[in-house]
Amino acid sequence: MVEKTAQDLDASEKTLKARYGAQAAGFIIVKICVLIVLTALGVLIGFIVMKGFGVVNFEFLTAMPKNGMIEGGIFPAILGTFLLSMGALLFALPTGILTAVWLTEYATSKKFVRIIRIGINSLAGVPSIVFGLFGLAFFVKFMQFGPSLLSGSLVLGILILPTVIGSSEEALLTVPRAFKEASLSLGATRWETMYKVILPNSVSGIITGVILSVGRAAGETAPILMTGATFYMARLPDSIFSKVMALPYHIYALMTEGSHKEQTAIAYGTALVLLMLVIAINSAAIYIRIRARRARKW
Amino acid sequence: MDESIRISVKKFNAWYGEKHALKDVDIEIPRNRIVAMIGPSGCGKSTFLRSINRMNDLIEGFKAQGSMLLDDRDIYDKDIDVTKLRRNVGMVFQKPNPFPMTIAENISYGLRINRMFKGKKDMLLQVEKSLIEAGLWEEVKDDLDKSAFELSGGQQQRLCIARALVIRPQVILMDEPTASLDPISTAKIEELIQVLKKEYTIVIVTHNMQQAARVADRTAFFMLGEIVEYGDTAKMFTKPDKKITEDYITGRFG
Ligand SMILES: Nc1ncnc2c1ncn2[C@@H]1O[C@H](COP(=O)(O)OP(=O)(O)OP(=O)(O)O)[C@@H](O)[C@H]1O
Ligand SMILES: [Mg+2]
Repeated sequence: MVEKTAQDLDASEKTLKARYGAQAAGFIIVKICVLIVLTALGVLIGFIVMKGFGVVNFEFLTAMPKNGMIEGGIFPAILGTFLLSMGALLFALPTGILTAVWLTEYATSKKFVRIIRIGINSLAGVPSIVFGLFGLAFFVKFMQFGPSLLSGSLVLGILILPTVIGSSEEALLTVPRAFKEASLSLGATRWETMYKVILPNSVSGIITGVILSVGRAAGETAPILMTGATFYMARLPDSIFSKVMALPYHIYALMTEGSHKEQTAIAYGTALVLLMLVIAINSAAIYIRIRARRARKW
Repeated sequence: MDESIRISVKKFNAWYGEKHALKDVDIEIPRNRIVAMIGPSGCGKSTFLRSINRMNDLIEGFKAQGSMLLDDRDIYDKDIDVTKLRRNVGMVFQKPNPFPMTIAENISYGLRINRMFKGKKDMLLQVEKSLIEAGLWEEVKDDLDKSAFELSGGQQQRLCIARALVIRPQVILMDEPTASLDPISTAKIEELIQVLKKEYTIVIVTHNMQQAARVADRTAFFMLGEIVEYGDTAKMFTKPDKKITEDYITGRFG
């Protein structure tokens, strides 16, 4: 017989105490880590806000730079970052979604898909300066687009492509297989099934991923350094072949060139604007995701 | 009685990769009859059903061999148009799977895909007709623009049947259509199936012996990928040829 004795129960109670102890220790470590992350984030944002807040006002956001950049606003840089991001999106959105569609729905050889996925993932790991270098060699020189809005956008587009493909694939795969089978069983082609059932049901997921990657593109400096960003322009860009100013590069330039002490303040102001922009973009993405989750019925 | 054969299967084999899921299946399914497939879990009933509309083509590593004729044309012939085949062989799935669209849109999907309507009025008429056939019209006629997900499970399943009916297939495949439904919904769907056989050939997979006995003209008993016995439902449930069939039907093995 294996009846439990009082001692056995005591023993199990002791181990129970030890297990609770281990749990408590675990929770403490977890809490400490969360605290570290939050502090780092708080300090970073607080620092930028404190240093940059003084210069940010309506004029700063809407005026051209004046007097060798130490006065006026940063409107061309805001506009430039906006245009570069939109350009990147224009390229990466259709290319990325269609690639994801192909990878999830059409590719018949699993091996081939795996190879392509490895390629895409490696692309995601390439340092952004390498993208810049590639852009310089390919778009600027070889395609003769020159350092321009077009070249910069294309480089940023390629940079975010892996994220766009990845999040689109993820969104496409969340659509239940049952919808797809129902559609096919009614005599729909694979393409009809894709654009009438699968895409409409994954669009919010795709958009969320894409917006997040645009936030990333907006903050990149290295890729546009050699492909289209410029420190100063007297006029706003007027074609896709114009050079453009951009927020991250503006910060870099203000801190590394010239020696006016006003530059530092303007740089922090610019950083604040960039930070707010990225936060706004990410919040939009999160908002869309939450709304889509709520609306989703499956 | 017209006993002509709609689906004729000879020495049909199917594999998922190395897994031999169907072994030398021979079966003839008559027109305007209901044929039930019964058998223990994993014996290949769904595989067989999904072979008829080539839904298994979607599965990586699926292979089929042998002959499976629908109205004397081999379903697996390389000249066969799979889209057209599926349009003629409707399917109702185990779990109700309406599209995330309105009730009306769910039904009209097949009409739109197959361009089967002349104008909006005609479309609505066809939607109504198939909902009536599926016994759902009275319950949803005022809610056609509501999401299909607002319906109960049983209503959703009847919606799925209406969705399959509206494009007028020749054959309807049903994979445990009442498995996730309560007894009342189940009874409604069984009644419906009886009515539908006037116009359609129906193949239904079920784990419910009484259901097979109630609705099917013929029953096929599958085990380990083979058809052990196939014949008249009445005979099968009273005097089966094989001991093992009797054991299964009476629940003596599990
Ligand atoms: N997609 C798949 N990949 C690999 N093997 C599969 C796949 N689908 C089914 N099988 C295998 O094929 C055999 C038959 O499966 P099938 O789904 O046809 O059984 P079933 O009779 O419908 O069972 P159930 O009553 O549980 O639905 C099983 O052994 C199963 O493991
Ligand atoms: Mg099954």
